[in-house]
Amino acid sequence: MVKYTVKRLLLLIPILLGVAFIIFTIMDFTPGDPAIRILGPESSVEAREQLRVELGLNQPFLIRFFEYIKDIVLNLDFGESYRTGNPVFEDVFARVPVSLTLAFSGMVLATVMGLPLGVYSAVKQYSKSDSFLRVASTVLVAMPTFWLAMLLILVFALYLGWLPSGGVTAGWMSYILPTITVGVPYGSKILRMTRSTMLEEIRQDYVRTARAKGVPEKVVIYKHSLQNALLPVITTIGTSFGAIMGGSVIAESVFNMPGLGQLIVLSIEAKDTPCVLACVLLLAFFFAVVMLLVDLFYAFVDPRIKAKYSK
Amino acid sequence: MSEKLLDIKNLKVQYKSGNVPVCAVNGIDLSLNKGETLGLVGETGAGKTTTALAILRLLPERTGLIPEGSITFDGQNLLEMSEEDMRTLIRGEKISMIFQDPMTSLNPVMTVGEQIAEAIEYHNSTREGEEKIPVDERVNEVLEMVGIPASRKDEYPHQFSGGMKQRVVIAMALACEPELLIADEPTTALDVTIQAQVLAMMSELRDKLGTAMILITHDLGIVASICDKVAIMYAGKIIEAGSLEDIYVSKEHHPYTVGLFGAIPNLKVETRRLSPIEGLMPDPSELPSGCYFHDRCPHCMEICKHEYPDVYTDGTHSIACHLFTKKGVQEDKDE
Repeated sequence: MVKYTVKRLLLLIPILLGVAFIIFTIMDFTPGDPAIRILGPESSVEAREQLRVELGLNQPFLIRFFEYIKDIVLNLDFGESYRTGNPVFEDVFARVPVSLTLAFSGMVLATVMGLPLGVYSAVKQYSKSDSFLRVASTVLVAMPTFWLAMLLILVFALYLGWLPSGGVTAGWMSYILPTITVGVPYGSKILRMTRSTMLEEIRQDYVRTARAKGVPEKVVIYKHSLQNALLPVITTIGTSFGAIMGGSVIAESVFNMPGLGQLIVLSIEAKDTPCVLACVLLLAFFFAVVMLLVDLFYAFVDPRIKAKYSK
Repeated sequence: MSEKLLDIKNLKVQYKSGNVPVCAVNGIDLSLNKGETLGLVGETGAGKTTTALAILRLLPERTGLIPEGSITFDGQNLLEMSEEDMRTLIRGEKISMIFQDPMTSLNPVMTVGEQIAEAIEYHNSTREGEEKIPVDERVNEVLEMVGIPASRKDEYPHQFSGGMKQRVVIAMALACEPELLIADEPTTALDVTIQAQVLAMMSELRDKLGTAMILITHDLGIVASICDKVAIMYAGKIIEAGSLEDIYVSKEHHPYTVGLFGAIPNLKVETRRLSPIEGLMPDPSELPSGCYFHDRCPHCMEICKHEYPDVYTDGTHSIACHLFTKKGVQEDKDE
């Protein structure tokens, strides 16, 4: 297990290098001159040229990439933001707590909602409540996030006045609507996934064996079937967590939350390469770590996988 | 010895599938005394497993239904029992079942010890006032009984071979010392040497514990080696039943039974080909009129096409065929 974990952590290095290289290349190919961005369109040609020399922008592509990586590895220096002039590291990390809180609360809501309802839906297959849940979850998965967000603001902030319509100034209260916005669609996804894997599991032979030895139905469902149905569901939860971390751009924009998603959009618009790179690298790192945790969690659910890891 | 344990009367089982019901079991009568072993033989799809599932009331909830019949076990009609009583008093406690494929009939994420213990624990919890079985000791005991060292109880099913898994399944079924054990093709998924081992072990345990057994199989050799009684099923009907001698020694047989025996290779006579029964078993959603076997039967008569035969009995031997019941009207062209 330990060996496996170390191996997976070491694998992070090539993954992050690859991600950095791809983003670096894409940002380099897109039109726009950072010097003009920083100095403004009125600046003189000499001043721009001088800035390019200072920033190392006149160097060949590969040397710039190499320098960038070297700074990160040696000094944990991600450069300075073209947009704000602050060190990127500070800009990005200031926003991590907001995104992390939102992703975490969203995932908790999604799991708490999706898992039990998915099991219920599978056990009561073809009943009225199952049909209702299937239709509702399809609608919620398909519903555009911004629309759901605006509806929530309309009802809870504008008409009822219970919750703030945006920002993070109201403490945990201000996270409620964004959490629902990101959590409910993923919850529906988990519900559908749980339902389908549970349906597969409750038809398995070992479930019939359990029934034949007189195990109560509740135990048959929650202990025997659910544990076996959990693997794909855990994967869905893990990938959803990663997706919310970087992908809640819309929720963050609508609710005006200073999160990573919002920062990436701002930085791309401003062609702020160091900031985009840092954000994407951080998200890739989070995603890879979450997926590692998911894989390690597999071992606790399924002894066959545990046996494979220790080989 | 001759105390009746299980008595099935006119049992019918249908599966709902689309608009037409699939008639898997079409009125069978079976009885089994304490300590006896019954071999239930028939082709795939003859309704053997369905019968077994009906006894334990484990038919698929939405699609399986029992429109007629009674299953009396130890004087109680199982079909009228509440689901809760079925679970606490019957399943795993008085009637256990061994399923066909040991590879899939154990839960892959629980240790074998846990799975055996479960069978004991849930029945312990409903045993009020009575003596409870000490779980750990019993788990060790049954594992040793089927020839698996008790030290392996903390291992998972994937760490066992197929034959060992089937032993675990048997241990699980015997954990509460049931009065009736239903073994649904317990050796079909195993290779021949392991088959022999498992069968020998099963008959040994049966003799030791005095458990009655229904052995579902399509292997007539297995039946001959461990059963006392045989019932042959075809298209959801029992077409011939009797003691081992009635089936293996007697001269009178249902043409289907004759066909079944004809399909076994004979080592003493040199044959190049086996003689199979021509045709296929009828579709259970559109059963033919008359005898269900008539379109495959070499002795088919006019009456066979219209009327289901009555049962002809001779002592313990019973055959459902017009050849024996209406001997006078026999118009057999083949002889």
